[in-house]
Amino acid sequence: MLFDVTSAGADAFASRGEKAAFQVRLHGRGGQGTVTGAEMLSVAAFEDGLYAQAFPSFGSERMGAPVEAYCRIGRSVIRTREPVSQPDVIIIQDPTLLGQVNLFGGLRDDGYVLLNSVEKIGDLDLGDEVMGLRHERFLSLPATEIAREHLGRTTPNSSLLGGFAAMTGVVSLEAVNAAIRHRFTGPLGEANVAAAAAAYDYVRHEIQEMEHAATD
Amino acid sequence: MQQQIEGSQAIAATVALCRPQVVCAYPISPQTHIIEELGAMVKTGRLEHCEYINVDSEMAAMSVAIGASSVGARAFTATASQGLLFMIEAVYNAAGLGLPVVMTLANRAIGAPINIWNDHTDAMAVRDSGWVQIFAETNQEAVDLHIMAFALAEELSVPVMVCVDGFILTHSIERVDIPEQEQVDRMVPPFEPRQVLDPDDPVSIGAMVGPEAFTEVRYLAQVRMHRALDVIPEIAGRNAEVLGRAAGGLLHPYRSEDADIVVVAMGSVLGTIKDVVDDLRETGLRIGVLGISCFRPFPVEQVRAALGAASRIIVVEKAFSIGYGGILSTDIAMALAGRTAPIHTVVAGLGGRPVWAASLRTLFLDATEGRLGDTVFCDLNTDLVEAELERMSRSRQSGPPAENVLRDLANRSGGAR
Repeated sequence: MLFDVTSAGADAFASRGEKAAFQVRLHGRGGQGTVTGAEMLSVAAFEDGLYAQAFPSFGSERMGAPVEAYCRIGRSVIRTREPVSQPDVIIIQDPTLLGQVNLFGGLRDDGYVLLNSVEKIGDLDLGDEVMGLRHERFLSLPATEIAREHLGRTTPNSSLLGGFAAMTGVVSLEAVNAAIRHRFTGPLGEANVAAAAAAYDYVRHEIQEMEHAATD
Repeated sequence: MQQQIEGSQAIAATVALCRPQVVCAYPISPQTHIIEELGAMVKTGRLEHCEYINVDSEMAAMSVAIGASSVGARAFTATASQGLLFMIEAVYNAAGLGLPVVMTLANRAIGAPINIWNDHTDAMAVRDSGWVQIFAETNQEAVDLHIMAFALAEELSVPVMVCVDGFILTHSIERVDIPEQEQVDRMVPPFEPRQVLDPDDPVSIGAMVGPEAFTEVRYLAQVRMHRALDVIPEIAGRNAEVLGRAAGGLLHPYRSEDADIVVVAMGSVLGTIKDVVDDLRETGLRIGVLGISCFRPFPVEQVRAALGAASRIIVVEKAFSIGYGGILSTDIAMALAGRTAPIHTVVAGLGGRPVWAASLRTLFLDATEGRLGDTVFCDLNTDLVEAELERMSRSRQSGPPAENVLRDLANRSGGAR
């Protein structure tokens, strides 16, 4: 195996040093739950016994306008209050932001991108900035479609968090599920958990396909 | 219980545990989440024996708090920025009357130019009002300081303002341990007012005091405030006993004991500063931090003792006195009167500008090499400033400076979006 999904989280922390936090930037549009996505990710990290800090970009938010939110995840208390300028992971909730705002600024060379899109990364022209990323760290996920299937609505957060867990291993799927149930109770919570699981499986499958392609 | 929770929600939950009897507030960012949550708690019965009073302005909010407190009710409100300025007459009255109101100030810049983001200008505007002012570094500390605030206010009959960085803390979601009701009850006993308006035993509160006694009443306010310097460490000790963690106190020194250079600051920026200091320590630099938790009353002797060995001091401030310079720096300089260590003021984070670790690191290194000025504006865009100064010297009718600067900025970044 070229890489092991379950140990990816440990790798992610090791490459940042024990003290440094793993940094995530989420891009979406006002009304899509970008801030909620960052919050749920931080709750998932908390459920895994990690320290996490989530915060919005503090702009004047308007429906439909580009919005950013951040989440830091670490093994010790996170003290810094800087915005995230050099993310390890960029999560893009809305593919219509591509080409509209600077999505990839500051992304680390060993970073990850998770894009909500029905199109494969290879079919998109995303510019030179992200061409150096490892294939298994640069994935698209049809999060809106998964959400529509399981929830009957188009909120992509739970799917993206499931995909994030599969891609990075920084948080577990169980913790993502706990974060979802913390936010949504009853049948809505379970539908979101199902969406996260479907997205998790989708991303794992994508990564395994890449492994096979690489070893063939 | 440990929770991953938004700062405002954590503060609201803690205020509720302190059993307020009257909550009155008017919404203003970035404070609104706190009072919205308290309003919801009263409405749903999660906060019992408390009246939530809708008011039509911040002036009314503080006036209602004064009225409630003077009949012996535990009163809480919250505000920020222009809201604080709008209630300022009543802010002074609460202190002058010696009423133990507790208020959260979600620190925010003051306009013009209008700006909703964080700095400490609002807190500095009421620095001399007679309120105790304590600053939170983290949301955990915001929680612990609110408990301390009620205990301190009622013990001394002084109002207490808990300063919490707007957005940076109020809107951040992080791990917070919210105490149990029984723990809070041990720290905040039932309110026993020194003065109370009671129809069965009538008194008046709020006499007009002329030159014959005004100085004496004011002097007593100073005595009461100074007692806080003894009571705050006592409460901090009690908190440590009940909560099992150090909470509150006057000052928070960090790696400063053997430090040549000490960085002084208040509020959430201390977290970023500590990261920078740890990095610089690894290069062999003897640098430390002094966090000022209690700004009013100012702990002069404790600051003097804590900074005694430092050969250079850098004060990072999120506000300044226009026409003079650092405000906290002035207090630090007074505390160190007679000492020769240079004191630099770094003005940073105005109107929500991010305070970058990299920028602080450069400034701290400049200081060690004697290259840091007396008053420095962190990450100042000098091009923008010079363009406007040039425009002003070229034309008498150069126009509004804020609009000019914004237009220049848009032009420089390749046109308006």
